[in-house]
Amino acid sequence: MGRLILNRLAASAFSLAFVVVTIFAITAALPGDVADTLLGQSATREATAALRHAMGLDQPAWVRFGRWVWGMLHADPGRSLMTGRPVAELVGPRLYNSLLLAAATAAVSVPVSLVLGLACTMARGTLFDRVVTLLMLGTVSVPVFLIATVAVFVFAVQFHVAPALADINAVHSPLQFIRVFLMPVVALAGATTAQMSRMIRACLIDVFSAPWIEMAVLKGVAPVRIVLFHALPNAIGSVVNAIALSLSSLLGGVVVVETVFNYPGMAGLMVDSVAARDVPVVQCCALIFCVAYLSLTTLADIVAAASTMRGRAH
Amino acid sequence: MGMSLAGAARRGAAFAARLAPGPRRALALLAFWFVIAIVGPLLAPHAPGEIVDRDVFAGFSARHWLGTDYLGRDLGSRLLWAVRYTVLICTLSTLLSCGFGIMLGIAATAMSVWVERVLGRLMDGLLSIPSLLFALLVIAAAGESVPALILTMGVIYMPGSYRTSRALALRIAQADYVMAALARGEGRIFVILREILPNMTGPLLSDIGLRFVYAVLLLSNLSFLGLGVQPPLVDLGSLVRENVLGMVYGAPAVVVPTIVLALLTVGLNFALDRQRP
Repeated sequence: MGRLILNRLAASAFSLAFVVVTIFAITAALPGDVADTLLGQSATREATAALRHAMGLDQPAWVRFGRWVWGMLHADPGRSLMTGRPVAELVGPRLYNSLLLAAATAAVSVPVSLVLGLACTMARGTLFDRVVTLLMLGTVSVPVFLIATVAVFVFAVQFHVAPALADINAVHSPLQFIRVFLMPVVALAGATTAQMSRMIRACLIDVFSAPWIEMAVLKGVAPVRIVLFHALPNAIGSVVNAIALSLSSLLGGVVVVETVFNYPGMAGLMVDSVAARDVPVVQCCALIFCVAYLSLTTLADIVAAASTMRGRAH
Repeated sequence: MGMSLAGAARRGAAFAARLAPGPRRALALLAFWFVIAIVGPLLAPHAPGEIVDRDVFAGFSARHWLGTDYLGRDLGSRLLWAVRYTVLICTLSTLLSCGFGIMLGIAATAMSVWVERVLGRLMDGLLSIPSLLFALLVIAAAGESVPALILTMGVIYMPGSYRTSRALALRIAQADYVMAALARGEGRIFVILREILPNMTGPLLSDIGLRFVYAVLLLSNLSFLGLGVQPPLVDLGSLVRENVLGMVYGAPAVVVPTIVLALLTVGLNFALDRQRP
């Protein structure tokens, strides 16, 4: 058990190293461009060379890599090329906003998915189960921006219950908080819930094919009791695994949703920086996202491993 | 020519008849979208960039069946071009990712343990970068040209294909008929091409279909963010992006491309869904 977790952590550490090298390799592939972009086409060769030297771009790649990693370890990801401000200053508040959005989405989608997954399992084979399953599959199959666009159309254009753009500075009361967060959270939670409830349903139905569930049915245990007290405790490992995996897939959605609603989060900052080729900001945001993603997938794997080990011990 | 075409069609039909219903439905759907992607723009009444009307975000009419876009261009014509770019870019990137993924996946069953382990670690590393993030990183460095998009998506979806085909090949490599082929002294290449590959066609086709859907989703999201296909080229995601203001009027210019995109991805996913008979 302990060895299993250690193995998984070692694999994650390797993945993290791979991610760090890849992020740097991809974004530092074109070293000359940054100085060229900043000075424009009319710059003299001497001016470009001087700027390149000042920015440390004339040094070999491994020196710049070492310096970047060193800076990251000391929470100093360098300066933005566009604004000249420290990247940490730009990313900090935005990271907080993104975490807030992610937390609100998780708070909505986890309970809803659990209820939907349980309801579908209890009613499996009925019209309700089929309709919900098809709806969820449909939602999983469309791009996130489509869900966001439909949400804007329904809530902001048709019913005027929420503003189309999030203005986080206008939050002074709980009601305003709900109004500002409603749209981004609905869009994100919609996509996440679909994925999560599908996976939870699959886990529970898997447990349902076990012989001891059949035994409980034959004994005449009430269906609700079977699901809550027989199936759920035995599926808890795979259910938590499903939740963590779905939350990790939420990351892609955050990028799109923050841009659509102009939400001042880190993903929006990253998209703007990609468009402006502001490499230090892109590197920092990408690394934070990858670390979050890796931690969630690692957690999912460890929980899954731990629960199967417990099952084997019985 | 006619004879050989008829022969190819017959062989294709015979191949399809052997498949499970899921991959067969998906194959038929894909063929349908291919035909639209290739023939569609030839039938377009206007050039995609031509401004044909002063009326922007116009509704359905006899002159412009699907209305006009935000500049007064014919939406129907632009939609046909958008389907071509979405389908072709995603097809090429899927061919790339699944081609290399399947080749490596099958080869991994015949490789030394160490090579296989290193390859597996590298694939795991690639899988630990979320796909949209990976695409954004490459675009930040290399810009958003169509070849770069195809290549990037090819790299992003290769590890998944590698894993699936490796798992399938490992299972089949244990089968009696493979053992028999090896026992009667057939070469490795022969066994892979004649015994292993034909027996994993069905599940592999499902996997390829899924990766195609993933590619469509990723490309559309990128284009919608303005970081995918760039004007004057147009794909379904950028078509929605440029007309998004028309949503306030419920203009066909934003509604129709959205529905077409949903039909493409939802249709394929429903066809491939394992939970249905």
